[in-house]
Amino acid sequence: MLKSQTDMSGFAYFPHTEDDIRVMLERIGVRSLDELYSDVPEPFIYKGEYDLPDALSEQQVRDFFESLGKKNTQLKVFVGQGAYDHYTPAVIPYITSRSEFLTAYTPDQCEISQGTRRYIFEWQRMVCRLTGMDVANASMYDGPSAAAEALRMAVACTRKRNKVIVSTKLQQNVLDVVSSYLKYPDIEVVFAWDVLSALGPDVAGVIVPSICRHGVIQDLTGIADAVHAAGALLIEYCDPSALAVLKTPAEWGADIAVGDAQTLGIPLCYGGPYVGFLACRNEYMRKLPGRIVGQAGDASGKRCFVLTLQAREQHIRREKATSNICSNESLMALWATVYLSLMGPEGLRKVNELSCAGAHYLYDELLKTGRFEEAFPGKPFLKEFCLKPLVDVEKLQQKLLDAGFFAALELDGYVTFCVTEKRTKEEIDALVAVVKEVEL
Amino acid sequence: MSKILEELLYSDSHEWVKVDGNIAIVGVSDFAQAEMGDITYVDVPSEGDSVSKGEDFGALESVKASSELYSPVSGTVAAVNTELEDKPELINEDPYAAWIIKVEMSDKSELDSLLSAAAYAEIAD
Amino acid sequence: MKYYDKLIFELSHPGRTGYSLPSCSLSAAETPGNVQSSAETDNTAARLFSGEQSFVRESVPNHLLRESILELPEVSEVDVVRHYTNLSQMNFGVDTGFYPLGSCTMKYNPKINEEIASHPLFAGLHPLQPDETVKGAREVIEGLDAALAAITGMKHFTFLPCAGAHGELTGLMLMREYHLARNDNARTKVIVPDSAHGTNPASAAVCGLQIVEVKSGADGLVDVEALKPLLGPDVAGIMMTNPNTLGLFERQIGEIAELVHECGGLLYYDGANMNPLLGKVRPGDMGFDIMHLNLHKTFSTPHGGGGPGSGPVGVGERVLPYLNIPRTSGFHGNFGVMLRAYAYILMLGKQHIKMAGPLATLSANYIKESLKDCFKLPIASVCKHEFVFDGLINDGARDGKAGATTLDVAKRLLDYGFHAPTIYFPLLFHQALMIEPTETESLETLDEFIAVMKKIAAEAAEDPDILHGAPHNAPIGRPDETSAARNPILKA
Repeated sequence: MLKSQTDMSGFAYFPHTEDDIRVMLERIGVRSLDELYSDVPEPFIYKGEYDLPDALSEQQVRDFFESLGKKNTQLKVFVGQGAYDHYTPAVIPYITSRSEFLTAYTPDQCEISQGTRRYIFEWQRMVCRLTGMDVANASMYDGPSAAAEALRMAVACTRKRNKVIVSTKLQQNVLDVVSSYLKYPDIEVVFAWDVLSALGPDVAGVIVPSICRHGVIQDLTGIADAVHAAGALLIEYCDPSALAVLKTPAEWGADIAVGDAQTLGIPLCYGGPYVGFLACRNEYMRKLPGRIVGQAGDASGKRCFVLTLQAREQHIRREKATSNICSNESLMALWATVYLSLMGPEGLRKVNELSCAGAHYLYDELLKTGRFEEAFPGKPFLKEFCLKPLVDVEKLQQKLLDAGFFAALELDGYVTFCVTEKRTKEEIDALVAVVKEVEL
Repeated sequence: MSKILEELLYSDSHEWVKVDGNIAIVGVSDFAQAEMGDITYVDVPSEGDSVSKGEDFGALESVKASSELYSPVSGTVAAVNTELEDKPELINEDPYAAWIIKVEMSDKSELDSLLSAAAYAEIAD
Repeated sequence: MKYYDKLIFELSHPGRTGYSLPSCSLSAAETPGNVQSSAETDNTAARLFSGEQSFVRESVPNHLLRESILELPEVSEVDVVRHYTNLSQMNFGVDTGFYPLGSCTMKYNPKINEEIASHPLFAGLHPLQPDETVKGAREVIEGLDAALAAITGMKHFTFLPCAGAHGELTGLMLMREYHLARNDNARTKVIVPDSAHGTNPASAAVCGLQIVEVKSGADGLVDVEALKPLLGPDVAGIMMTNPNTLGLFERQIGEIAELVHECGGLLYYDGANMNPLLGKVRPGDMGFDIMHLNLHKTFSTPHGGGGPGSGPVGVGERVLPYLNIPRTSGFHGNFGVMLRAYAYILMLGKQHIKMAGPLATLSANYIKESLKDCFKLPIASVCKHEFVFDGLINDGARDGKAGATTLDVAKRLLDYGFHAPTIYFPLLFHQALMIEPTETESLETLDEFIAVMKKIAAEAAEDPDILHGAPHNAPIGRPDETSAARNPILKA
């Protein structure tokens, strides 16, 4: 691969001079760096040359990634399915790249991590206001893993029940992650299109989406009552951006709300980092996994923020822990918190209005091409929808790709589209024009 | 040296038992509360739940620790001290007054295997 | 550092906005009259451009809409920028100063990593795009995979895990898949040393495994004689951290690997302590079958105040067939973190990597030897990247006056502008103080730290109350955590 002209005499990140090393070895009382490894049995010392490229200089690294970046095709994104191309305000990367946030560890020493703790507190409160829940944690890895943790939490909240029902209306990656997470512990998972049909006395929790994998906004009337009557907890998987306009998990009667906050202005970045959220009603606070920041006072009565309810956590509970999460996605929670601060209730509503309008325009225009039929006539949707293709899907997709669009992803025999506020009318019209070229 | 009441029975996991007819009143010893430090939360079962000897029925939490509570007897939970919900510090203040649950025993002979105050004093120091 | 006492909600002023969105959807250049299609069908497009109040309200039935008012801050852009800038100034990062937090490997985070991670040619890629449109991104993952395999001696890695504990969970799932594939279903126990990170037993528990603890000997190493009777047909494997959390190399690892493999179990390597082995020792060569790495420790990606991290899991030959079975995150893992780590590895190259581990080890031993006259050193042998003191030699306790504890030392360090070491871990010692300096700190920084630690030890000997009251110069004093846990205030 790349040839290097790097000067071997120094490396910017190792400040040691040869003199420094000598002074340090003398203090320790050994003759060489190798002697510091005298406790490692000789066969385990790696003596070969590492199969790595030659060291690159900073400019070479830049050039290298520039050349890799050019191998990617930059497309106009008209697909969602768990990752949405929303607009990112310029302020956010500016704030999140402040090194006091970026280069800090998980808030360890309370007195010098108040910045991190405060924004986590703000994030928790914003998640609560979006979902209507009482308590939220500091964040989860992503939406799918948050869903899996929520199901495990439901089992921990309901004594002696170890079955959970998972709606197959959830997006595929949520179903996949939940399957993996619950495969090994003794939890029975039932996947059902109609979750109520699987309810029984041994069910601890039921998870349903607020918007299904096909983009249809779900009418959850009666679900919470039925789930509660069976003694189980209702978990709702939701898009926090859409909660600015859609009925909240609390309003539907859910006990736990989870989802992915990538929709709050986090770039697509080939799938991560994103950030999951997990919130619940007060009754279940002590079973909420992960870190939680609470308000407290210091010795002089100054308001401060602490990691609270820590006894639940893995480092104390060890083998009794019901979750092992410790690092989460703190900086991405800050990202979403800054986003929500900038957007406010009105901005977030407007994002939904713009996305919804664009999606419905595209929907109508695509139907007019005669190349699709409605998949779910009369069903309400916001920014994502499915159509039944009447043309060869592979050809359609290829034509769109060639024209610079990522759209019409195949899903359950349909094709799925998504429009966010970033997509302009020109882009939509251009996409439709390409579709019209596909032979019937 | 922690306080040990003569008239009670003890488990080696530091619960105490006071017998009242067929009811066993269960709490944690002075030694246990001192080891935990400031108790911040008591996780308790519900009335009517069944408990078995040696199995955990709840937990104590402090800022730095979490400890399971093990039932010294088998039976059904007849009552729960709901006062501890808001005032977990009662256990620190007087662990022998702050009972946690009352159990309707299913097998009174299980009491025989519990420790006397003198025997418990051997392990709680 | 200063004290600033606002929450963003407290800056809210109804009607103020901090966003910039187009005033109506789609193109502003278009006028309603130009939209031919709108008249033909259902007027959708016409409504789009007419600036009506709510398109959502027209498209979605009322009973599916939010009932309550959404209370979010209503603030201007400058409010937001000042607020979060103020918050940042109450935080301590690696860029602020020395951060010797044991087992956390707080090395310097090169800035080129950040530049690469925000590269626009990667930031806009959708995770479900067809492979032929993301060739560059695939090359990043493949290149990083090959590099990590070379560094660790494993075959391949999965990049789905987003943190170390997430890697542990994924790795244990792989352990289970290996046994399940062989119909070896009785293997439900996993052996974990008493010095292990708290996440090890927690990860095993959530993976449905029972934990069997193996004791450390007086030398701080896993006691092989104590291990032998624990091995049998019910053992899925052992989780080891090597060097362990005392910073000591488990020199009997060869024998342990043989014993565990002989009984049919697998060896899991907790990569949290990989740093001293960088360029020197490969877990694959020691017989480990599964391991995770923390890219946010060993490979210089920033910790971000608690993530995003990346905890790729590598496997050897035995476990390779199962590598892609566990799906533990939604797409491809934290790609942005992978970009950073790959950039760092390319800068290290085959040349500089050889010095990374040895220099980290040099720094740790230098501090240990310089401070062992003031702090109790329970195990006095050469350490790797970190080591553990068990409190002060002279804590100043006298005449009923309490001595200075490890917590007090930690808090006093904050006054002198250093982050504290890890305290009260590992659990083997009551006053554990775990120090990890990393290879990116200069001799001058280490000397300064050593001088301050000696000064604190002298203060404790003279009057422990100076330490009891610390920190004196931080934005806040010690918080009342007990009342916060008894009556949690989670909403202001």
